[in-house]
Amino acid sequence: MVMTFVFAFIVGGIICVIGQLLMDVGNLTPAHTLSTLVVVGAILDGMGLYEPLIHFAGAGATVPITSFGNSLTHGALAEAEKHGLVGVLTGMFEVTSSGISAAIVFGFIGALIFKPKGNVD
Amino acid sequence: MVIVFQSKPSFLAGGVVAGPLEKRSVFSQYFDTIYDDERWKMETNEQGHRKMIQEACEILMKKSGVNNLEIDFFLGGDLVNQMTPTNFAARELAISFIGLFSACATSVSSVIVASLLTELGASNLSIAGASSQHNAIERQFRYPVNYGAQKPQTAQWTVTAAGFALIGKHREECPCIEAATIGKVIDYGMDDPFHMGAAMAPAAFQTIQSHLEQRNQQFYNYDLILTGDLGQLGLKLLKGMLVENGVKKEELTLLRDAGAEFYGQDEAFQSGASGAGCSAAVFFSYIIQQLRAGSYKRVLLVATGALLSPLSYQQGETIPCTAHAIEITMK
Repeated sequence: MVMTFVFAFIVGGIICVIGQLLMDVGNLTPAHTLSTLVVVGAILDGMGLYEPLIHFAGAGATVPITSFGNSLTHGALAEAEKHGLVGVLTGMFEVTSSGISAAIVFGFIGALIFKPKGNVD
Repeated sequence: MVIVFQSKPSFLAGGVVAGPLEKRSVFSQYFDTIYDDERWKMETNEQGHRKMIQEACEILMKKSGVNNLEIDFFLGGDLVNQMTPTNFAARELAISFIGLFSACATSVSSVIVASLLTELGASNLSIAGASSQHNAIERQFRYPVNYGAQKPQTAQWTVTAAGFALIGKHREECPCIEAATIGKVIDYGMDDPFHMGAAMAPAAFQTIQSHLEQRNQQFYNYDLILTGDLGQLGLKLLKGMLVENGVKKEELTLLRDAGAEFYGQDEAFQSGASGAGCSAAVFFSYIIQQLRAGSYKRVLLVATGALLSPLSYQQGETIPCTAHAIEITMK
């Protein structure tokens, strides 16, 4: 039980370190870094490696953005088994729809309530 | 290419306004006004930017006891697309206007053009200068500040300030512009927009070198050689280049950089200050005041500019840079 927290901390931290290195050493923009991590997550799941990582590190693997890539592939593969090629397209957003909808809804609420400010306030 | 001004046009006055963060600048005591609202009570950053330019010019005119009808030319620029803040400020000021873009070197290129117009006899009084507003310029070149993107330590902090100078015919009691060098565009293949100091240092080096050569002067003939916004890293590179080319190490104390000193040693501002307003604010407040007070007799101001656009670096182009210099003396 305690070890799950330790592994979550370590694995989540390592994913973030990779992201930081992509920005600082690889000179990638934040948007490029984000997309790269999503793609990496998707590929890892395609190879069947991301689920074991979640099993091992829990939130350390599900909270970082790589998990979004994992979900895209996961949904696509699951639906493909049921509905074939069309399932790849419908399945991608099946698992991720809650995340995407939440981003839209909370983004909207946030935009209604808050006003963007600069460095001084 | 060096220009020697026979009539020695003078700096009659300077007008500098700055934003709230600039209170922390080591030069803040020399500024005319520091405003507490970075948007100057306007709706948008860009409108605040415009307002800041207007205020700097109005302070300048008030100080000199002249109105806009007595000023022949308004020369200046900023870093926003199509320079709308300066263009819109010129609409309000109603003075004959040419927008000039030399990026952060506009503070000096505008003074050079004003001096030429004065030398020609076409201008009795001209306003020259440049400005930048942090939020507007970050949005223009990088990300909107509210996006919270990280910047590496090599990056520099765009200053919120507008600096303008009133240039007129020669007057004994005022600092005068003896000569100027219009820089070439230099590109050493740097392509990192978060490391502008390194991109601009070679341009500053070339301009200083050619100014001294053509004026037949040595480094030590100046009380101060002040570059615009190389930042701490850029200044270090420039010093290295100068030493390699025969400048003595002890002479390097004469070389300073406004951007490197602007915010003191505060690490929150990374490698130092930058932006068209950085050199303009320091040159047209601190430097003019020091010259007037007699602390300096001969100063070389070298404003550096990185001539990139967001599109150019996204398409993988390198960053061409320039540096313009003016030699100012005080009797």
